[in-house]
Amino acid sequence: MSSTTLEMAPAAGRSAQGVKRSTMEVFTSLTLAALGAAAIWDSLRLGAGWGAEGPQSGYFPFWIGLILVGSSFANLLPLMRARGAAAEEMFVTWPQARLVMSVLVPTVFYVAAIPVIGIYIASAALVAYFMMRLGEFTWRSAVPAAAATAVVAFVTFEIWFLVGLPKGPVEDMLGF
Amino acid sequence: MDDIGLLMQGFGVALQPDNMLLMLIGVVLGVLIGVLPGLGGANGIAILLPLTFAMPPVSAVIMLSCIYWGALFGGAITSILFNIPGEPWSVATTFDGYPMAQQGKAGEALTAAFTSSFIGAFVAVVMITFVAPVVAGFALRFGPPEFFAVMFLSFACFVGMAKGSPAKTLASMMLGFLLAAVGMDTVTGQLRMTFGSEEMIRGFDFLVAVIGLFGISEILCSIEDGLRFKGQRAKIDLKVVLKTWAELPKHTFLAARSALIGCWMGITPAGATPASFMSYGVARRMSKDPDGFGKGKVEGVIAPETAAHAAGTSALLPMLTLGVPGSPTAAVLLGGLIMWGLQPGPMLFVEQKEFVWGLIASMYLGNIAGLLVVLVAVPWFAAILRVPFPIIAALILTVCAIGAYTVSNAEFDIVLMLIFGIVGYIMKKLDYPLAPLVLALVLGDRTEEAFRQSLLVSQGDVTVFFHNWLSGGIMALGIAMLLWPLLSWARTALLGGFRGARAA
Repeated sequence: MSSTTLEMAPAAGRSAQGVKRSTMEVFTSLTLAALGAAAIWDSLRLGAGWGAEGPQSGYFPFWIGLILVGSSFANLLPLMRARGAAAEEMFVTWPQARLVMSVLVPTVFYVAAIPVIGIYIASAALVAYFMMRLGEFTWRSAVPAAAATAVVAFVTFEIWFLVGLPKGPVEDMLGF
Repeated sequence: MDDIGLLMQGFGVALQPDNMLLMLIGVVLGVLIGVLPGLGGANGIAILLPLTFAMPPVSAVIMLSCIYWGALFGGAITSILFNIPGEPWSVATTFDGYPMAQQGKAGEALTAAFTSSFIGAFVAVVMITFVAPVVAGFALRFGPPEFFAVMFLSFACFVGMAKGSPAKTLASMMLGFLLAAVGMDTVTGQLRMTFGSEEMIRGFDFLVAVIGLFGISEILCSIEDGLRFKGQRAKIDLKVVLKTWAELPKHTFLAARSALIGCWMGITPAGATPASFMSYGVARRMSKDPDGFGKGKVEGVIAPETAAHAAGTSALLPMLTLGVPGSPTAAVLLGGLIMWGLQPGPMLFVEQKEFVWGLIASMYLGNIAGLLVVLVAVPWFAAILRVPFPIIAALILTVCAIGAYTVSNAEFDIVLMLIFGIVGYIMKKLDYPLAPLVLALVLGDRTEEAFRQSLLVSQGDVTVFFHNWLSGGIMALGIAMLLWPLLSWARTALLGGFRGARAA
């Protein structure tokens, strides 16, 4: 399922500056290897051998961790041989990264805001922000759309499905 | 045949008015999910799963599986009209579907796609009806070694049939197994890999992972090209439908072959996406006019759509009979079964007859409902993509956050979802496959349990997996699958070495 979007944007700015694919490959491989190593370390702590009740808790994760470390290093091998165009291929160009960040950064704030102000107000703010910053809408259309989002979500979940979602001070004030 | 009688009873269950309504809601939601980028069959169902806990399991599974059929249909709409595959399995449909739409034959292309999807699904459901009880009866005799062997085989298939790097497939799978192991060990009660964090004790819920990996990451990937939808207009009226249907009998052989490819790829966990590509490739190779492909040939729409739908449907066969899902979406449905208190596997066919046959009957009806809905409502669904991307993106992010929260009412899960989204974005861009990760996350605990029980019985003797011809045979097949990429790699390495030496 991995190739969809790659094929959608095959040549977007091949010559532009950005993060090199090989850099990301090395970073990902090393991170996965570190996770594998952490699993091995924790498994050894629990015991990765044969105990009174058969295989100990660490037995299975130990081997999984070992295979993860092995396959991560195997992923580094083709990188060392890559030359020319393959070595210069971009993971993401700076203009692309800026677009991704324009979605990702507000989303991080959104997730961080949910425990404080509740999911409804946060969602409304997200819709309004996206419409005005990314969509060139004026507040005249953004504010009603945001309010509609919050109200529809509230009615659907709190009243129709009786599923309680995180709420904040505004909902308290309204008496929910 | 008492199976036929059971199937008729199943139709009785599925035809209850409530269930018919849920079927319709499911199909409409599914098409919507299939049309929108960032929402797919797997994470659409993952988001809606918590809302079904109050329903009886039969109704819940009918609605959720209908979402799946709807999503399979919906992927074709965006492929043909917008050249944007709404789902990975409809990438192959864009090759000829979009050129057809550009030539003003959008109606024909859509009708052909929907009809062949329906035929593919129908063949697969008939196959499930007759094969599933046999497989389940057979699997009733399975012990832990046989179950481990089956899971080993399905994971080995991923490595052996991987389109990209087998090492990446393996790494992604092992990451899934590790995430599954985090938290309480079900056998000894010890805490594993929590590293002192309280949030980690609950472990990683695969629904949260699915929503992040498939939903959030898709939004991040889509925004990269500053996505603007530019689509062809479509109008389907009865005349176009009937005209296209009159042409279709010419392609009976093509459809039959594509359905067979799909069924096979669906049962082995290769899934719908490779099935659609393979079917397209075979159709082009065996065509009298291979150069016409890619320029708007109706065969190029029929072949991938039939196979994708057949594969998507038959992926439920191993899920129902063995408890081993054939696709990420089937894996999410399997997670649903567990949450509704049903034990997936062969015992379902003995203990939950009503559930199983109700589901199978709903597959027949749901696909008919799906075909009707998409034929009637294509223009409206296509209109959704004229909504500006910022609004769609914000709404999808909101829906994902709500879905992640409702899985277990934990705010921390929303944070996890975001992390999984970033991880999924990086993995997608580096061609790490996500399906093995999800399947390993779902099956991790049960694979480990089967493994440990087997070793316990045999007192630690690994040869227990070869103790009879059945598990031994499955294990041998799995090992062959694992070694396959190694063998082909060694061959190319050797040949490359010779060539390099000669060049030097």
